[in-house]
Amino acid sequence: MSILHWAVLAPFIYTLLIPITYKLLKRVHTGWFVLPLPILLFVYFSSNIGTTSSLQAKIASIPWIPSLGIDFAVKLDGLGMLFSLLIAGIGSLVILYSIYYLDKDKEKLNQFYVYLLFFMGAMLGVVLCDNLIVLYMFWEITSISSFLLIGFWNNRSNSRYGAIKSMVITVFGGLSLLAGIVLLYLMTGSFNISEIITSVQQNSIISHPLFMLGMICILLGAFTKSAQFPFHIWLPDAMEAPTPVSSYLHSATMVKAGIYLIARLSPVFAVSGYWLWIVSLIGIITLLYGSFLAVKQVDLKGLLAYSTISQLGMIMSLLGIGAAGVHYDNESIYYIATAAAVFHLVNHATFKGSLFMMAGIVDHETGTRDIRRLGGLMKIMPITFAIALIGSLSMAGIPPLNGFLSKEMFFASMLNIRDFNMFHLDTWGVLLPIIAWVGSIFTFVYSMILVFKTFTGKYQPEKLSTKPHEAPMGMLISPIILVSLVVIFGLFPGVLSNTILSPAITSIYGGGVYDLHIYHWHGFQPELFMTIGVIVFGTILYLSVTKWSVIYQAIPVVWNRIYDWLFGETENTFNKLTNKYMTGSLRTYLIYIFSFFTLILSYTLFTKDGFKIDTSLLAPIGGYEAVLSLVLVISTIAILFSKSRLTSIILLGAVGYTVSLFYVVFRAPDLALTQLVIETVSVALFLLCFYHLPRNARKKESIPFKLSNAVISVLVGLVVMLIAIASYSTKLFDSISPYYVDNTYIKAAGENMVNVILVDFRGFDTLFEIAVLAIAAIGIYSMITLRMGGKKNENK
Amino acid sequence: MFSFVLHASLVLIALSMIGFIYRVIKGPSTPDRVVALDAIGINLVAITSILSILLKTTAFLEVILLIGILAFIGTVAFSKYLEKGVVVEHDRNNH
Repeated sequence: MSILHWAVLAPFIYTLLIPITYKLLKRVHTGWFVLPLPILLFVYFSSNIGTTSSLQAKIASIPWIPSLGIDFAVKLDGLGMLFSLLIAGIGSLVILYSIYYLDKDKEKLNQFYVYLLFFMGAMLGVVLCDNLIVLYMFWEITSISSFLLIGFWNNRSNSRYGAIKSMVITVFGGLSLLAGIVLLYLMTGSFNISEIITSVQQNSIISHPLFMLGMICILLGAFTKSAQFPFHIWLPDAMEAPTPVSSYLHSATMVKAGIYLIARLSPVFAVSGYWLWIVSLIGIITLLYGSFLAVKQVDLKGLLAYSTISQLGMIMSLLGIGAAGVHYDNESIYYIATAAAVFHLVNHATFKGSLFMMAGIVDHETGTRDIRRLGGLMKIMPITFAIALIGSLSMAGIPPLNGFLSKEMFFASMLNIRDFNMFHLDTWGVLLPIIAWVGSIFTFVYSMILVFKTFTGKYQPEKLSTKPHEAPMGMLISPIILVSLVVIFGLFPGVLSNTILSPAITSIYGGGVYDLHIYHWHGFQPELFMTIGVIVFGTILYLSVTKWSVIYQAIPVVWNRIYDWLFGETENTFNKLTNKYMTGSLRTYLIYIFSFFTLILSYTLFTKDGFKIDTSLLAPIGGYEAVLSLVLVISTIAILFSKSRLTSIILLGAVGYTVSLFYVVFRAPDLALTQLVIETVSVALFLLCFYHLPRNARKKESIPFKLSNAVISVLVGLVVMLIAIASYSTKLFDSISPYYVDNTYIKAAGENMVNVILVDFRGFDTLFEIAVLAIAAIGIYSMITLRMGGKKNENK
Repeated sequence: MFSFVLHASLVLIALSMIGFIYRVIKGPSTPDRVVALDAIGINLVAITSILSILLKTTAFLEVILLIGILAFIGTVAFSKYLEKGVVVEHDRNNH
């Protein structure tokens, strides 16, 4: 085990300590014990930046299930480094923030930090594991811990609803991902990502019949996790989680797991034109749809959730265009698009983390997150206002903040795709920058709503439950650090570009060092005019928002309705279906069993040409057999038509005795003896049952005739007869009985062959037949004597 | 000749058995049926013995004895049931 392994496992091991510290040291907030771990991890990962920026990877592997090719292989390369730093860095800040956000006396802190550390460890596992099966394991742990964190306040029904919804959707995607992983294994013969990429480079798998299926399965996994259209619906409902959780899981880390997966597996699938089209189209649709719906939200966290969806869509579409660059061997486009994706990934984590924390502070200090009740908080909460302003401006893409830089790069890459002249990108591709541009205008609008509707305008103290004041310093530290990062990355993007971003880009598609330069000033390029257009149109739209926001009432909330309808309808339909065929009547179930039995058997018999009549093996029929058969048939049919149950019992006895006579005729004395005794005993038992019937059930009444019963019984008889004839006609091997005949006396010292077989040659069967009789006897005895509460009911 | 006699008697017994079965099915009252059943049992004894002569074996002699015992027990049990409504009485002091 290398240090890297321990780094992944450390949060899991650390969770063992949390309940202990929580119980023993009640006076100190548990978060303080948790805080050192992510800081330590952050320091450890940063100390390796030198390795990754020189494009080397730290690789370690220990066998886990070597016979199945599953190793706990970890690999820290540029992309893994970027994500690890985000997870550990923002993790530290979120834990610091949660110390001030969650009350140590009112909340179950031990549970909270256990779930959070589970999540952190799982997320590190997802981004560092090189083995797809291990990656999948950590992937599902993120789903489970996210479920637990969303439902943290499990006494609220909204929390439970949101938790279940996110669980259902992400686990659906997770299972699909597992299918994709298995398909990928079938295509390449390895679970290790590095080996898969090497083998794909040697012989392309694009013509493999499983290629499309595997690609779609993996895309489904990534899209559900990263809340892409139309699987985005779980993210707004996940806002019922405590704000530190929303800030950490649902903006900075977990929702980027899908993006990580797309980036990681791009070298495998980017050769296919479908991959780049699906990824960039879904991304761009998500961008527009999320930003459009975000404007409508009145809840701060709801708005941020839709904004997250939209920004994730933007990163996704950039990855798709990066893949297009690979597909058409156009290095510069792929570099610009991928750089934009990676850069925006970092930027989004910083500003969205700070905005969520800002929303949490507003909620904490005013008692509401409803925009309609907020306003005029600028003078009361100046620091929070500054945080919100910087974060929102960066989100809107205003210079000189980092959001501006990545948005410019985004426009540049969107415009670049016109250069491709395949897959109709030259004609239909012109739509992509337009959609992106419209989406950006809406992004601008909701960013402005977020900051100005909350902090400017009229102060309405009568609508707030508490008297607002500035948050405590401890709560402000984390968002301040994040917004200062927003400013620093905006002013000095070079800090990031060659240390973290460039190695991450290289590790997505391979290739050499790319000297990444991020400038504020590109000259008078089209993207600059697009940004100016965004600001102009965005301002106009923001100022007139009350006039046109009525259109939202005309647009129904489709996808949530579909989800609820699907759940309700599936439950209803299956309830109805089950109620329909599970009638509770044994007669119906017997009809199912028998009709299925006849159908399957006759179908098999006739399709496999198994029906054969061969008379050569038949023995001649003697007179006694004929007479006995006549007796048997007559008494059997008489049972069916008898009017009283007593007659049926007697006739059944007659049948049994006739059978014993058959045994005599066919020379089986032991069977005849046993049959006679057993028949007598069972007839006596039937009579006993008859005697205990209630009076009105004893009245004479023949069996009511039902056509379906008659048809099925005739069919069953017919099929069994046909099978018996067919199987008798095809005798493949000689009997083994001559052995018994020869050896009964010689080897087993007996002359009665039946009895020797029963107790000597095949004595084991007899042993368990004895056991069956013993069980039956004990069962009858206990049923008669043990009446737990039965007597009481009888008396009633 | 001997074999013919045996076969003929078998046929006759079978015919009488069919007659008894008719009585079992038709029998207007339960005692009719019980008596017919008892007679069938005795007929079975006869059939079994003639069959063992025909098959030239002594293996079925136990069957003959058993049928006799069972027919007796069965008829007694039926009769008791018809008379008292129970076969085995739990209350030993009251009979």
